[in-house]
Amino acid sequence: MNNIENNYHHNIDHRKVIQDAIVRQSYKRKIVNRVFTGVTIVCVMLAMIPLGSILFEVVKNGISAISIEFLTQPQGSIIRGGGGVGPAIQGTLLTVGYASLIGVPIGILAGVYLSEYAGNSKFAYTVRFFNSVMTGMPSIVIGIVGYIILVITIGSFNITAGAVALSIIMIPIVVAVTEETLKLVPNSIREAAHSLGIPKWKVTLFITLRSAKNGVLTGIVLAVSRVAGETAPLIMTILGTSLFFQGFVSPVDALPLRIWRFASQPYEHAHSFGWGAALVLIIMVLSLSILLRFLVLEKSFRLGSLVKTRG
Amino acid sequence: MSWMSSEEYANTTSYKLSLLSDTKRRGYKVSVKNLNSWFGSKQALKDINFDVKENTVTALIGPSGCGKTTLIRCLNRMNEMTSSATVKGSVYLDDIDIYASNVDPVIIKRRMGMVFQKPNPFPTMSIYDNVAAGLKLNGIRNKALIREIVEESLKGAVLWDEVKDELGKPGLSLSGGQQQRLCIARALAMQPEVLLMDEPTSALDPIASAKIEELMNELRKELTVIIVTHNMQQAARVSDYTAFMYLGELVEYGPTKQIFENPQKELTERYISGKFG
Repeated sequence: MNNIENNYHHNIDHRKVIQDAIVRQSYKRKIVNRVFTGVTIVCVMLAMIPLGSILFEVVKNGISAISIEFLTQPQGSIIRGGGGVGPAIQGTLLTVGYASLIGVPIGILAGVYLSEYAGNSKFAYTVRFFNSVMTGMPSIVIGIVGYIILVITIGSFNITAGAVALSIIMIPIVVAVTEETLKLVPNSIREAAHSLGIPKWKVTLFITLRSAKNGVLTGIVLAVSRVAGETAPLIMTILGTSLFFQGFVSPVDALPLRIWRFASQPYEHAHSFGWGAALVLIIMVLSLSILLRFLVLEKSFRLGSLVKTRG
Repeated sequence: MSWMSSEEYANTTSYKLSLLSDTKRRGYKVSVKNLNSWFGSKQALKDINFDVKENTVTALIGPSGCGKTTLIRCLNRMNEMTSSATVKGSVYLDDIDIYASNVDPVIIKRRMGMVFQKPNPFPTMSIYDNVAAGLKLNGIRNKALIREIVEESLKGAVLWDEVKDELGKPGLSLSGGQQQRLCIARALAMQPEVLLMDEPTSALDPIASAKIEELMNELRKELTVIIVTHNMQQAARVSDYTAFMYLGELVEYGPTKQIFENPQKELTERYISGKFG
């Protein structure tokens, strides 16, 4: 039974053919190697040019506009300038925060469902399909939906309409990233948790999702960064205003809207303010992702270290 | 599911299972009766029958693909979590059939701990939290008690002296052998009556393996151990009973001494003496 006979012998002819090929290719291979490496480096530089020049231009033109007044005051006279973008900063924080409150939990739980519960059912397939369609949905269309559903019915441009529109943009991103990251968690971790007699919902929430935390947080930052820069859906929903937050049934301002309005004015000082607002928006998004990454790295073992200091 | 009164609930199998059994029982701790299992249409286990006594170590041996791992995963209903797997037959824990339709698989797993082939500590948790996770997530809130059980379990897994000053460090920062003992401690923390070990030393070096083998000798005093192993010397060293499996069938089962020195079946003898496998 199962007596293994060694039937394998090197075939001398095959070996010779392979050796010849290796020798023949050796010179060519070195050149191809260098060319390929060179092409990738050139492409990296091509990709960095727009990124670098955008950052450079925004900092160069925007830095002079920034002051305490610029960050905290509402806009001054349109013709003479002055004031700042305080309402726009406040509005962006409020609208994006509100949108995250709606979009992040829905996105995470839907992603959890797809990864942990749905398997390969037809329903899951359909949801995944529509989710990827939604990822590519033009944001102006989502703005129109927000306008019809929440602006017309409420009778005024309002923050809820804006937040809902932004959350509709966020959800597919969060769903996709959550599902993908959860799928990267090895099954052995789930099995270990189940073997302790932990019910499935707790395994999913406190073990699997916790193991995938870094990836999910990265997805959230991605989604937040994406919607923080959205303009089109906000025109249709929160409209923009030069006033600070007036309540839930009034227009709200946002940085992208303010940038757009500054840019379409014929005054030099308005353009300068536009650059300044753009710089503020970039710094906000950038510091958010730096902060979250820092938190992700720092907090992983905090519970454990608490125990240690106590014991 | 409809709500039931507490008297009704006290009569359910789930409730009986959730009670700890008396330590001194007559009969067997685990009995497998006519157990069959399939992956899709491929049969992995064919009509398995055997009984395991309390406070013994039982080894499952056999060549790769013979169904050892499937069998051990059927003992705590872990196997059915693989989507293509089906199981038929009965496994009795004390005198309750864990495959009865009204049994909640979660409760089975609280009484039968499991240690896996590769060490799999929870990646985002500290050493302490790894051991405490089962308790906390099963609703135990008494911090002092948890601390006591964590220490006890780490001592039980002979890991305490190595980690007592760095309980807050990530579980993954330990060496492979330590991680596996951490996983044993994690299982012990739930105070299981049966510990199922699926090739617990296959990913470890000989020194770490020796530690785990010593540990099994200690654990036998407190609970019943069933271990899958590829290593026949290990089976001979640690186990009281040995089951030899081949192609999904249980070929021979008996005291380890008998299996290794005087096997009744020719197939067993050929495998033990290294003629195949």
